[in-house]
Formats: sequence, structure tokens, C-alpha cells
Amino acid sequence: MNRKTLLALTLAAPLAHAAEESHTQHTHSMQDDEHAAHQHMGHGYPAPQEASAAAAPNLRHAPNEPDHVMDHEVLLTKVTIDQLEAREDDGSALEGSVWFGGDKHKAWFKTEVERAEGETEKAELQALYSRAIAPYWDIQMGVRHDFELESDSRNWGVLALNGLAPYFFEVDTSLFVGEDGETALRVEAEYELLFTQQWILSPEIEVNFFGQNTPETHTGSGLSDVEAGLRLRYEFTPQFAPYIGVNYEKKFGNTADFARDDGEATSETTWVIGLHAWF
Amino acid sequence: MNRNREPQITLPALSRRRFVTGVAAGAALMGMPAGANSAATRANPVPQTLRGNQFNLHVNYQPVNFTGRERTAVAINGSVPGPILRWKEGETVTLNVTNHLAHDTSIHWHGIILPTGMDGVPGLSFNGIRPGETFTYQFDVNQSGTYWYHSHSDFQEQQGHYASIVIDPAEPDPVACDRDYVVMLSDWSDESPHDIYAKLKKEGHYYNRRRRTAGDLWDEIRQKGVAQTWQDRKMWNEMRMSDRDISDVTGYTYTYLMNGQTPDGNWMAQFKRGEKVRLRFINGSAMSIFDIRIPGLKMTVVASDGQNIEPVTVDEFRIGVAETYDVVVEPVDDRAYTLFAQTIDRSGFARGTLTPHPELRAEVPAMDYAPVLTHRDMGMDHSGHNMSGMGGMDHSGHDMGNMSGTDHSSHDMGSMDGMDHRDHDMGGMDHSGHDMGSMSGMDHSQHAGMQSGNAGQYSLNGGRPELGGMQGVWFTDGLGRAGHGSNSPIVHLPSEYRYGVDMRSEMPGNGLNDPGIGLRDHDTRYGRRVLTYADIRNLTPTIDRREPTRELQLHLTGNMHRYMWSMDGIKFNDAEPLMLKYGERIRITLVNDTMMTHPIHLHGMWSELETGDSEYIPRKHTIIVQPGSKISYLVTADAYGRWAYHCHLLYHMPGMFREVRVV
Repeated sequence: MNRKTLLALTLAAPLAHAAEESHTQHTHSMQDDEHAAHQHMGHGYPAPQEASAAAAPNLRHAPNEPDHVMDHEVLLTKVTIDQLEAREDDGSALEGSVWFGGDKHKAWFKTEVERAEGETEKAELQALYSRAIAPYWDIQMGVRHDFELESDSRNWGVLALNGLAPYFFEVDTSLFVGEDGETALRVEAEYELLFTQQWILSPEIEVNFFGQNTPETHTGSGLSDVEAGLRLRYEFTPQFAPYIGVNYEKKFGNTADFARDDGEATSETTWVIGLHAWF
Repeated sequence: MNRNREPQITLPALSRRRFVTGVAAGAALMGMPAGANSAATRANPVPQTLRGNQFNLHVNYQPVNFTGRERTAVAINGSVPGPILRWKEGETVTLNVTNHLAHDTSIHWHGIILPTGMDGVPGLSFNGIRPGETFTYQFDVNQSGTYWYHSHSDFQEQQGHYASIVIDPAEPDPVACDRDYVVMLSDWSDESPHDIYAKLKKEGHYYNRRRRTAGDLWDEIRQKGVAQTWQDRKMWNEMRMSDRDISDVTGYTYTYLMNGQTPDGNWMAQFKRGEKVRLRFINGSAMSIFDIRIPGLKMTVVASDGQNIEPVTVDEFRIGVAETYDVVVEPVDDRAYTLFAQTIDRSGFARGTLTPHPELRAEVPAMDYAPVLTHRDMGMDHSGHNMSGMGGMDHSGHDMGNMSGTDHSSHDMGSMDGMDHRDHDMGGMDHSGHDMGSMSGMDHSQHAGMQSGNAGQYSLNGGRPELGGMQGVWFTDGLGRAGHGSNSPIVHLPSEYRYGVDMRSEMPGNGLNDPGIGLRDHDTRYGRRVLTYADIRNLTPTIDRREPTRELQLHLTGNMHRYMWSMDGIKFNDAEPLMLKYGERIRITLVNDTMMTHPIHLHGMWSELETGDSEYIPRKHTIIVQPGSKISYLVTADAYGRWAYHCHLLYHMPGMFREVRVV
């Protein structure tokens, strides 16, 4: 499918770049595996101990890391599950991301899936190239694919600014341009309030705007909808934190009219329970 | 009791596990009969002492257990730390180092003056020691004192690849003592160092378990009111930085060791009442800076980084990663004393006991309050700084009055994040439009407004174009006198205004008189005299009495959020070597544009710390640069070759690293 090709092309460039970045000036050659075979000088010293399986975890050595400490930029992968949650009324949601790369260049994937009353309401995947442009900001560009289960799927081009704003607000602002020139803007912001080192309250808000009315997707031009959440999590470790919370969604303007025409509510408050994790 | 307090917070309980004080197996009692050790069921191997001038060292995997869980260390001759090497000044030592690992290894002889090929830095001195291979180091020992050795490959230091060196002087030792113990401090984690590094890269504050909470905010509001609290928090909030970011890696994962013993393991050393005991403290940690004291005993510091100094008696001193301090104590009572080494962030401690009887223990004190950073630690304001020891430096130009009303308490931090520094109101400091290519020989006399009216110009090659180009900020004119530090203006290169740098010190204080964060009020609060660099005078007169002909101003830079570290905003990979001409004497001024305390180590040549007395300049191999501060030292380029120059915090090394090349 040509969508896959597009995806591959979008990702190939930054990945190649990142790999190059990590290996510049790596002068030390590690090709001489033959050295391992010979030159054991005895000195009456016992043979080296094999690391037992139980003892091994602290010896893990990432394959892309050279043995010089000073000149490696490690290429890392971070998988973040911001929200994986069950909602009232047979709903569920997933919001997460994966990035891979170095300090400057990263390949970045974002996904959002929402289900309500047993039906998938929204399922999207973004594949982006991300580049650090300022101490706290990355600029990101790429494609977004909306999986539409009833109607046709849609593709968008994406330009995003992602980072940490003053006062520690995590901000992700994305401009989307569709295949037929339609436009959308999404602004997300999140904050963390620590009650203790482990109990953390996280308010967040997402606001969507559209440049046009699109009856197929029930979205109207202008301010379309606002989603606000408040989640209280407990960090067993910084990487594993279950939470409970409340999620509020409200539709505005033409989008609200579409909803009313369909006999749907224009606002909804649901309790949620879920997991926040990364690795 | 409440006089002169630094900002204080109380340590919350670490609820994951209260604080790892380790397992007691393997309590070794030095100077005690062997039977005293019998309680140990499954002891971690204890370091041996090897003497002579021929040594066979084996780098191998070794099962260890510091926390109750078995892990595998990278050990030398099967112990963590490795064997103590005892050399004699004037001899030639030969060391056959065999690598039994699955990866390359190396040994760097830290603080030893030797030929570059023997220095043990893969990629600079040699190609490293491949698995199964033996590399033979051989060099003349032309110094005496306390040093150490460690891997310079990968993150092996974190895994146990470190040990101590004691060199006996050829002449009679000026330090008389009855007993002589090495006290090697280190930090152990059950996690892989690669996992630690990856976690820091993904979430810079991962190991900080003292982050500011709503309760702290509430306390602050009750004390100061909403308006003042908002004002005080404003800068940190706008800069997106935490004033509680003291150590990158903490007791959340570390167990701190003294000679390879956990705090519960309690390393012990014996003395008899009235004896003089020499304790050779070495900080062999990967990431941990320690504050050391022995409650009930004064410590007379007699050597710093292996070099004898004029004895100075203190109650407490800070030891940066890779530094060494020799102290002499004279217990007059027949009681035990605790050697207490708490980390700079007070997230844990290493502990041992000095005792006349194996069964005697001393109380382990509570850790001191945990420090928080202030504006001063961001290089913004040193008006409260004690200038008395600054050795005749003219600081009149630093008068705040010259800053045209810049209010540093409400400084616009929008200018500090590199996205927008055009509205910076210190007009002359604006480098936003400067093109790197046009910097050479550029007139920066506009900086003179901040200064005493000299040394306004810099170049990127230090007036030696034949040695190469873009090295950094070099001054050649109007340098301060040898021993008295820098009086050159602070210059931030355009490379500091990029995504990898989150802060720049506009008015760095002098780190010389500063005991450092968390220690500044220990004198008034606890009545403890704390060592500062200004207290250190070499025991013998300065050897090279020349004035420096060039001065390099190098900025320590980073981005905590991205966990990137660099010098002048340039990572090692992208940096030109710093070129020195053989035989020349230069000054290096380090400016710390971060909020971390960085111990900076120059290989191959001494770092002669300018403490204000040109007659007795102390020689060091590792120098602490305080947050938001600057410090100067002289270097005589008397060693040809390629040398490493870097921050000794292990996870800062990928980046905050330069090659120094002497040609």
C-alpha cells in the first residue's frame, strides 16, 4: 500500500541522519574479534567468572554503544503510554507515543484511540520527524492517518511544536492539513502537581479547531471541541503509575450542531481508571 | 540557632525503600585479627594491597552483593574496589592488564604524570584493551601521594572498575603518622549504567526524589505570602528548572560504599589512643560528591590530589568525584569514631568506623539538611559573596551599579532559554547575531563595561593560528597575574545559544571561597569549619614561576531536560582539540553555565589552582567548579601528546569532554 511507502520515506531520512550523528568521529575500530580468541596470559589467575543469569541485568550493554565513554551519542527508544484507560459506559482510550533517535533528530510516533459504547470513535496515528530547535522545544513534521471505521480513512500533513513551556506546561501544538486542503489545529497542554514524590495530580486540556465543516466526520469550522482531564496517579516507580480520574468533553459551534442533529449529547463527563507508563 | 540559614527543606521519607544501607556481609576490619571477620557469611571479596614494581591486573566479571541481590561487577583481580597498588617514587612500574570481559576495557592512572601512550584513554592514548588481550603499561613514577586508577572505557567505573594507588615518597614523608589507611568512596547501583543513562536521557529528573511538592508550596505561601512566593518561584518556573536538582543520580538507586563496604557493612579501621592516623580519602564514585566529617575529631588536611599542602585543620570537607584528600586525625579518647560521608544532595551516605576495639561502634549521625539552589548558583548574583580571599583581583568592575539597573531578582528568563535572547537587557552581552566565522579577533570591547577596563579582546585560536582554529575563547592581553586568577570578561560564544544549552551565567561568582551548596552555613549553623579551595596552599614553593601568556575561557554547558552536556555548547564529537604549544604556560578559566557541581579533570598535566598566593600554588588533577561560578588554574604544557579533559561525572562524559593536544 502506498501509505506504507509514504510512512517509510518519512522515517528513513531522519533515522539515517540520527545514525550518522551518533557515529561521527568514532575513531576506534572494533572489528578485531579475533583478539578474543588468543592472548590469555595465565599468571596463575583463575578463569574469569561467567556472569550468572540472575546477576546479569546490571551488565546490559546496549548494542549501539561503542566502548569509548566520551564520544558516543546513544540512540534511544522511548515508549510512553500517557493514558491507557477504561472509561464509564463501556469506553476506553489510549494515548501514547514512541520516539527513536538522538539528541537532535528523532523519529516520533503518536497515537490516540478512543472508544465509547463499544465503538471506536477515533483512531489516529502520526509518524513524524522531530528536530530539536531550542532548549525545550522540538519542531515536528510528518503525516497523520485517521482510521475511520464507517467512512473512508483520511490522511493529513502535520506540523507540530512540542515541548515544555514556562511554568512547566507540557505543550503539543499541531497544525494539520488534509488531502483536500482542509485544516485543523490541536493544542494540548498538561501539568503535573506533586502531592508527594509518588502521588501526582495531572490536569490536561486538549482543544481542537477546524477550518471547515466536514459532515462526514461531524466536525464543524471554528472551535470544535474541548477535552479536559484530571488524573491522579501513584508512581510505584517513575515508569509505572496507575491512576484514576475524570474526563470531560464538550463540543462547540457547528460540531455541537452536528451532534445535536444526530441526537448525541454535546458534553460528557466520565470517570476513568488507567495506567501511565514509559520505558 | 536559626541564624544565617540557607534555604532548608526536610528530607521526605524515601518510601520505595527507606535508604539503602546495604548488607552487612563482608565487614572487613583492617588492622584487626583475621578472626574478627568471621561473621561474614558470603563476603564480597576485599581488596588486597599489592606492592612492588611489577603487577598483573585482571579485569574480570565478579559476582557481588551489596543490596541483598546478587549482581555482577566489573572488578580488578576479583574485588570492588580493585587492589591497592603501593608504588615507590623514583621506580619504574610495569603493569600487565588482562581483559577477561566481553567488551574492551582500559585503565587510566588518575593523577599520574606519564607519557600519553600510558594514560589509558581509548581513542586518545591507545586503542583500548580488547577482550582476551593483555596490555602492558610501563612508566616512571616521579611523584608521591594518594591517587587512583579506573577504567576509561564505556561506563565500567560504575560497575566496579576502580581502585587506589599509594605512592611512597623517595624522601622521608613530611606527614608523620602511626597508621595509614586508604578510604575509597564509591557508589554502587544494581541497575546497569546504560539503563541509568537511558533513564536520565528520557527523564532528566528520574532519580530526584526531592522534587518540589504542593506541600512545599503551601509551606512557602504560609511563610512568605502568595505574592512573595510567586515572585520567588517565578524565575525557576520561567526557566523550567528545579532548585532541588542537586545530583543527577541519587540514593534512589545508589548504595554508597567505603572501601567496598556498605554503610551496614561498616568498614572499620583500628587505632590506639594517641596515635596519628592518616586517612587517604579518594572519591572513586561515578556520580556522587561527598561531604566528609568525623564527629568528635578535627581533621588536618595534609594533601590534596596527592600533593602535600600546608596543613589546614577543618571539621568537614567536600570531595568531588575523582579528587583525593589526605587527612591526619589524632584521637585522644579511647572511643570509636564514625567516618561519615554524606552525599551532596543528602540522599545517602557512606560510613565506616575508626575504633580502638573491634566491638566498639560510634553513633552514625543524621544527615544534614538537603540544600536547594539559589540565584547565586545560576551565576546571577554574587553580591553576598565573600571576596576576601580573591587575592588582589580588582572586582570593582563587577559593581552591580554598572549593570544599569538590572534587577536580578526578577530577571527576565525568557532570555535564558536560547529561543529568544534578543531582549536581554545587558546590551553588551547579546551574542545572538554573531556569526562564528567572524569571531576571530573580533573586538569585544563592549564587554569592558562590566570589567576593570582591560582584556577586552579574545580570539578563537589564542593568537596561535599555526595550531588551528575554532577552539574557544582565548585571551592574550591584560591577563591577571599568576596565582591570582582571571580578570577577563565573561564571553558566551554563539554555540552556547542552541538547543543543547539551557542556561548561561552572566555574572559568575568566584568558586574559590565557596564551600559549595549545602555547606555555606555549616560554620554558623553547626560550628564546623569547612575546607574551601582558598584554604589550600602547596607545602613547597611553586615550581613554574612564569606568568601565563594565554588564557582559555571554557564554559561548562548543558541541558538538564534533554540531559545533554557540553563545553561552550559543543559536544566532544563536534569540538576541535584545544591546542597547546609544548612548554607554554597558560591559564584556564572554567565558567560553569549549569546548576550542577562539575569536577573537571585534566589528564597528563597539573592543574595549578589559583588561590591567591602565587608562591605556593597547589597542584591538582581534578577541580570542582561550583554551579554558576568560575574558577581559574594554570597549566604548564610540559607533556606532548593527546590528553583527555573532561567532567568526571560519568554520565556527563559523553559530551562534556575535550581533547587537549600538546604539540
